[in-house]
Amino acid sequence: MPDEKHEIKSETGGTFDRRHFFVKLGLGSLSIAAAGTAVFAYQFLSPNVLYEPSPIVNAGKPESYPIDSVTLDVNTGIYLIHAKEGFFALGAVCTHLGCLTTWKPELGIIACPCHGSKFAVLQGNLKPGDKIEGPAPKPLPWYRTWLSDDGDLMVDRGTTIRPMEFLRV
Amino acid sequence: MAKTVDQYFDDLRDTRVWRSIFRSGTGSSTLKRSLAIQQNVFLHLFATKVRRRMLSFSATWYLGTLTLGTFLMLVVTGILLMLYYHPSVPQAYADTKDLQFVVSSGLFLRNLHRWSAHAMVFLVFAHMFKVFYRGAYRPPREFNWVIGIVLLLVTLLLSYTGYLLPWDQLAYWAITVGSNIASAVPVFGDKIHFMLLGGNLVNANALLRFYVLHCMILPLAAIFFIAIHFWRIRKDGGLYAHQSEPSTLTKTTLAKEAQ
Repeated sequence: MPDEKHEIKSETGGTFDRRHFFVKLGLGSLSIAAAGTAVFAYQFLSPNVLYEPSPIVNAGKPESYPIDSVTLDVNTGIYLIHAKEGFFALGAVCTHLGCLTTWKPELGIIACPCHGSKFAVLQGNLKPGDKIEGPAPKPLPWYRTWLSDDGDLMVDRGTTIRPMEFLRV
Repeated sequence: MAKTVDQYFDDLRDTRVWRSIFRSGTGSSTLKRSLAIQQNVFLHLFATKVRRRMLSFSATWYLGTLTLGTFLMLVVTGILLMLYYHPSVPQAYADTKDLQFVVSSGLFLRNLHRWSAHAMVFLVFAHMFKVFYRGAYRPPREFNWVIGIVLLLVTLLLSYTGYLLPWDQLAYWAITVGSNIASAVPVFGDKIHFMLLGGNLVNANALLRFYVLHCMILPLAAIFFIAIHFWRIRKDGGLYAHQSEPSTLTKTTLAKEAQ
């Protein structure tokens, strides 16, 4: 039987026969399949629908917050603060590692129980939410607040605003 | 003439059924004893012959074996705990309470699982310190040290994922903090955090993911790497004993590097 090897000289000078072609074809298909598997796994592991609470919170009537008061809602993780300039909402989740902070009325600050970060509320030269001390890398965020048509205070935890934008009622 | 107990055992070992399961058969010759190890799926991971001084307490303090012991205890108690535990937000905490106060021997099994887990973490570290200070990580055992590091990580991840399952305040905040540490990874941090929790919050998805990791994925990974770890002991020339010298192969490699 004659030798049926069909050797074709490639431009680079190497040989390219049927065996090499099938090896390359096989390896190529395997790499495409592997890449597909990686994409498949990533997409499968990232949920498309989340059953998490809405970021928009109804905080009730503004009259229920006396002036110069700081009110923590534990369930939604926000502070509603009624300052002389107006209302504003601060995120209560520590920017360090996600613990829930607390309002310390006797010190006039917000403090995190986990790693000791402290945040200002109505300190002289610091803006509300600014870090006083501790490992927190960022100030507490200001959330967008507005009045609903029914006159309720609304807070959007998904939208941060620049500090010192008060809601006047 | 009365038969001794050993003779009864020898008769049993000569039966056809026994010989179909354990092929090596009776006899205490070196060959038969080697075959008994070599032909057993579990024991064949180990060497058929071991030096006596390698098995002395002072050589290893049996720390690796004790670690395996705690792991086996964790598997058994963990499977039993799974029979009463539902990994869902409304039930997880209540089931943990039930295990503690209602289920017969539930308190015992849960505490055994907890203390074994603590003991396993302690023993893994003790085992590593022993290996490190005796220099048993050196060639030709350097790859088994790497497998050991993987097993350390698997052990710590098992501890961490198991921590969430009681679904109490301690668990919730520990996982909140821990998963936020994962967010510190450059570029992909937030994606890793999202995929680990299956969402943005420690919630129902996170509980289920940690449950699957704790009860399926990580134990399987542990068993896989433990098998390699044990098999490598044989392949790397047995347990390290004080008198053993680096192999000639290593000597020549080191000599070449030195030149």
